[in-house]
Amino acid sequence: MAEIAVPSPGAEPSARSARRSDVAGFLRDNGVYVALGLLVLGNLLLTDNFASGANLRTQLVQVAPVLIVALGMTLVIGTEGIDLSVGSVMALAAALIPLWLGLGPGPAILIALMVGAAAGAFNGALVAYVGVQPIVATLALFVAGRGLALVLADGQLKQIENEGFLSLGTAEILGVPIIVLIAGVLVLAVMFVARRTTFGRHVVAVGGNPAASFLAGLPVKRTLLTVYVISGVLAAVAGVLATARLTASDPSAVGQLIELSAITAVVVGGTPLSGGGVRVVGTVAGALLVQLIDSTLIKNDVPDSLSQIIQALLIIAAVAVQRRAGAAR
Amino acid sequence: MSSTVDAAPAATHDAGRGERFARLAQRNGALIVLVLVCVVGAVSFESFATGENLRNIAVQNAFLALVACGMTLVILTGGIDLSVGSVLALGGVLGAIGSEAGLIGAIGLPLVVCGAIGLLQGLLVGKLGLAPFIVTLAGLLGVRGLVLTLTDEGADTPTIERGSPFRSLGQDELLGLQLPVWIALVVFAVAGVVLLRTRFGQSLFAVGGSESASQLMGLNVTRTKVLVYVISAVLAGLAGALLAARSSSGVPTVGMGLELDAIAAVVIGGTLLAGGAGSLTGTLAGVLLLGVIQNLINQVGDLNSSYQSVVSGAFLAVVVVVQTYLSRKQRL
Repeated sequence: MAEIAVPSPGAEPSARSARRSDVAGFLRDNGVYVALGLLVLGNLLLTDNFASGANLRTQLVQVAPVLIVALGMTLVIGTEGIDLSVGSVMALAAALIPLWLGLGPGPAILIALMVGAAAGAFNGALVAYVGVQPIVATLALFVAGRGLALVLADGQLKQIENEGFLSLGTAEILGVPIIVLIAGVLVLAVMFVARRTTFGRHVVAVGGNPAASFLAGLPVKRTLLTVYVISGVLAAVAGVLATARLTASDPSAVGQLIELSAITAVVVGGTPLSGGGVRVVGTVAGALLVQLIDSTLIKNDVPDSLSQIIQALLIIAAVAVQRRAGAAR
Repeated sequence: MSSTVDAAPAATHDAGRGERFARLAQRNGALIVLVLVCVVGAVSFESFATGENLRNIAVQNAFLALVACGMTLVILTGGIDLSVGSVLALGGVLGAIGSEAGLIGAIGLPLVVCGAIGLLQGLLVGKLGLAPFIVTLAGLLGVRGLVLTLTDEGADTPTIERGSPFRSLGQDELLGLQLPVWIALVVFAVAGVVLLRTRFGQSLFAVGGSESASQLMGLNVTRTKVLVYVISAVLAGLAGALLAARSSSGVPTVGMGLELDAIAAVVIGGTLLAGGAGSLTGTLAGVLLLGVIQNLINQVGDLNSSYQSVVSGAFLAVVVVVQTYLSRKQRL
């Protein structure tokens, strides 16, 4: 898409344009942190009880499922892909939990995660081996997954009473909710994978130029398959955690529209949709930013509708900054 | 110029039999499957092939058909429009509000406002070069927010007065078919002529096939791109207004997930998501196929309605696999 670049306004004095591209480049690379910082600052001044431990805990617990899904989405988008099926995979995981809870929480969770992996493998196989475009490949499961989840659950919301499983949603270690801990560990794990492993390098290479990666002898297909499997498993984790927190399995509602929030977090965080870059920390900041905007608006009695409009403007601003900075280079 | 219409730019005359079959199957696959499914349906269920049931299928899918028509044009240029579901809801709400000023207000208000939204999205895509997926994703969120703002956070459902001519536009019949069905058919016919017989229509294929080549050939790529998003939004708004007329009110929550149904119908109809190749007849067949599958699952009765999405999703997966295989065969 980059062929039709916005015509640059001639050869300007280089010092000025260099400075401008510095600013643009800085904004592109760090805009999300700047925005997050400003928002935190504004909240500290304007919102009562913002700096309390209870508020911090609520914010983090609320953002956890989106963040976990967004981690997988970051890797997928890094390969120039997209995964629309994450919400449906969450619903599948949620529907499976009450069915297998008879075996105990451990096996039930394991089965949910395995189904998440299988769903990811299905997406990944379509993308990597059949060559279907990611948006369509994952659209199929987006449509079918929730239907399947509803069939499994008989279309019903099921209360869960297993103490062991529910403690996942309520227990705390040293005052930190387990959900937040899990999200934190997953962030570190994905960060490590993206930065320090060959696989992480492969993701960036494949996203940057699949043909060149193939010619360079990289396992392109396996890399693609793997990112979708990771995304599926992480979506299943998010589904399990959301179910534990809700104390009920609700396959019709869990994870609705989460793909949009996750994509927003990733894009706002600075990972380019055109692939070839993975910014895990940016995604974390993006998810926090979206969450914080939502809660700030709610706390200050701004209606839900306006917060949606603001989120939309934010997305446009984020990609426009990316685009401008890209053109300025 | 006419070669850009072909699904594959490969030379046609020395195309092998396999390739010709592949192209035929890709172009008319949805139609063939639609006929098969209808035959199976007619044999299996007495109540399927009745005029009443077929009329129901037609009117239930007229709105999706309008949206999918615009979506086809957008996808032909290599873009995508995720905002159509929200724009449809906006069209409905505005139609109901505008109906207080008579028929002109009821139709004009949604078309103008939705067209403006399409123009904005088109400019962001065409002029600024932002990714269509992201721009229209923002549109999906923002326009739904706008709808909620207009309706007191969704609590308020503007209704259309009894006896208003706008209502009859959604509910009256002509020659046995309801008016929305006729409107959808006319829109498809006009769009088909525009696509195949005008400069603008041909430029859609060219831009979708190769944007940089179109630019070099002197086509106005930006204008083409902006226009398809305007058309898509106007058609979504029209569909919303007609839906509101049919249900006598502008419901703020309609159209959620509609963009994905429309994309599914377009893809099933044989239009390549990469752009540059596809057809409106395929899209129409795709829309009807999804509608007939839904209808048949309802006919089974004791099946859980959730099966419908399972079947649609599985169907979509099969279709895209076959399509990818067929289009690859043509390229070789």
